[in-house]
Amino acid sequence: MSTLTPAAAQGTPSGPTALNSGSPRRSSGKLKSKSRMDPTRNNTAAGIAAWLLALLFATPVLWMILTSFHSETDAATNPPSIAANLTLDAYKEFFGASSGVSPWPPMINSATASILSTVLVLVLAIPAAYALSIRPVKKWTDVMFFFLSTKMMPVVAAILPLYLFARTVGALDNIWFLILMYTSMNLPIAVWMMRSFLAEVPEEMLEAAQIDGANLLLILRKIIAPVAMPGIAATALICFIFSWNELLLARVLTGVVAGTAPVFLTGFVSGQGLFLAKVCAAAVVISLPVLFAGFAAQDKLVQGLSLGAVK
Amino acid sequence: MTTATARISRPGHHAATPSRNARSRERALAWARRAPLLPALIFLIIVTQLPFVVTLIISFLNWNSLSPDKTAFAGLENYVTVLTDPDLRQAIFTTILLTVSVVLLSLLIGLGLALLLDKKFIGRGLARTLLIAPFLVVPVAAALIWKHALLNPTYGLINGILTWAWSLFGSATPPQLDLLSQAPLMAVIVSLVWQWTPFMMLILLAGLQSRPMDTVEAAQMDGATPWGIFRHLTLPHLRQYLELGGLLGAIYIVQNFDSVFTLTAGGLGTANLPYAIYQTFYFANEYGLASAAGVVVVIGTIIVATFALRTVFSLFKKEAAR
Repeated sequence: MSTLTPAAAQGTPSGPTALNSGSPRRSSGKLKSKSRMDPTRNNTAAGIAAWLLALLFATPVLWMILTSFHSETDAATNPPSIAANLTLDAYKEFFGASSGVSPWPPMINSATASILSTVLVLVLAIPAAYALSIRPVKKWTDVMFFFLSTKMMPVVAAILPLYLFARTVGALDNIWFLILMYTSMNLPIAVWMMRSFLAEVPEEMLEAAQIDGANLLLILRKIIAPVAMPGIAATALICFIFSWNELLLARVLTGVVAGTAPVFLTGFVSGQGLFLAKVCAAAVVISLPVLFAGFAAQDKLVQGLSLGAVK
Repeated sequence: MTTATARISRPGHHAATPSRNARSRERALAWARRAPLLPALIFLIIVTQLPFVVTLIISFLNWNSLSPDKTAFAGLENYVTVLTDPDLRQAIFTTILLTVSVVLLSLLIGLGLALLLDKKFIGRGLARTLLIAPFLVVPVAAALIWKHALLNPTYGLINGILTWAWSLFGSATPPQLDLLSQAPLMAVIVSLVWQWTPFMMLILLAGLQSRPMDTVEAAQMDGATPWGIFRHLTLPHLRQYLELGGLLGAIYIVQNFDSVFTLTAGGLGTANLPYAIYQTFYFANEYGLASAAGVVVVIGTIIVATFALRTVFSLFKKEAAR
């Protein structure tokens, strides 16, 4: 993977300016009054279509939430019993009312792994992003693409040596080993996101501060932090989501002690008796942190997910 | 450790005569610039590159952990097996089919949704929020919901709606789907498209909103049709966003494990390479073979990644001028 360099990527000169230049032939065609659409009518149609599709896409989520508040018998009917009585039984069941298997240890493991790996990612990525944007090293673009290329390597191509290593040193089923794995999984993305946020710090302000003799700490605190803080927060939330969601590494590297919420979820369906409402309740509870984090980061979500390529 | 180097190499403290120390001072400055970068870089090389080198080595070994005494150098034998074994070949084919169809479908639907959301209408913010929701459900949870609450042939919502709709017309024999056993790969594709469409929509919507409106207005003044504007203005502008979304999506979907694992447990031709590799080393204990398959995935990814980097680079280049 490390053979990938931007030299290979420099091939296409397809910048946005190149794309836009060949577009509007101003002299072509006469002004046709018919083609100038009535904006309000057009928007109503688009609005109705958008709303129908939005509801269609949200249906599985809404159905999951509704079913989680149904009793097991009401959940598994055909046709569906939409208006059935609401109950908290499934949630009580999920938190171990009768089965005795508590979801708390895996949830706490997930929270530990996600939060600590996110903190580690930030500790490593912020200085790195600083050295890639504000005071860039030579050939910093090469470094950026090296980071990205490690993210493109599928986890499966490295998981066996990691598993063998963990087994040899006794780090299997250890949350700290998982934390290190999640840190490496999110670090490249975080460096990319963070660089794009730090690059928004206006250069003139940095120069002015330096001329005024402000030291590094003061510059970091007074100039860089205020501009970059929302971006750093969004990066942290996105890293948290990716760690919280991760299944393959957790499945291979953890077991009874350090198992995470997604691993718990895969082993949750017993196949005996009715379990649909319980599964929905479990899915709701385990998805809640991600939903909160996602909506909290909504403003910067696109910039983050596109690695800073899209503003 | 690197913070220590940074402190030592920070210029100014021990620079004596500038003329004599000019070169070492310059070097110290360069290292002071590099220092914040090094912890991240070293950490990443140790955790990602080193294991891959080990994978590469193991891929040339005949190593099954159940019979460790038979471990020996195998040459290219594992690679031949990866490319000839029907199951693994099927896995390669499934991976390609799954990735391409999910990326294309979610891009297409995402484009449609982005075009709709680009217009102003009542409750646009809420509609956008509803559309993002699929992306913010834990993938394992989403797969479980699809498997049990939506696609289940006896009480899933899809068949439930079919029963209900047919009963409106007095029919007691509604058509009932069983995607999970009749077309399991389709079930995986549908659930993944559902989950990835919001991602594509967000990127394309950002692309649409960065479109220079003055050219669009000029074209409208000149009597261009909406289709003409879309074809000749919007689409060329969106091209790089489409590529970016497609390739970032491909990177994640090639590696998909959760959906295949949860929805079908790799049965009935749905095992993609990540799942097949997981099985090969985790259950069959064929370490050499699993590693060779892993290397094949990496080679495939390099091919895709070369294009991906090119696209990301074209967007990145304008910013790099800073």
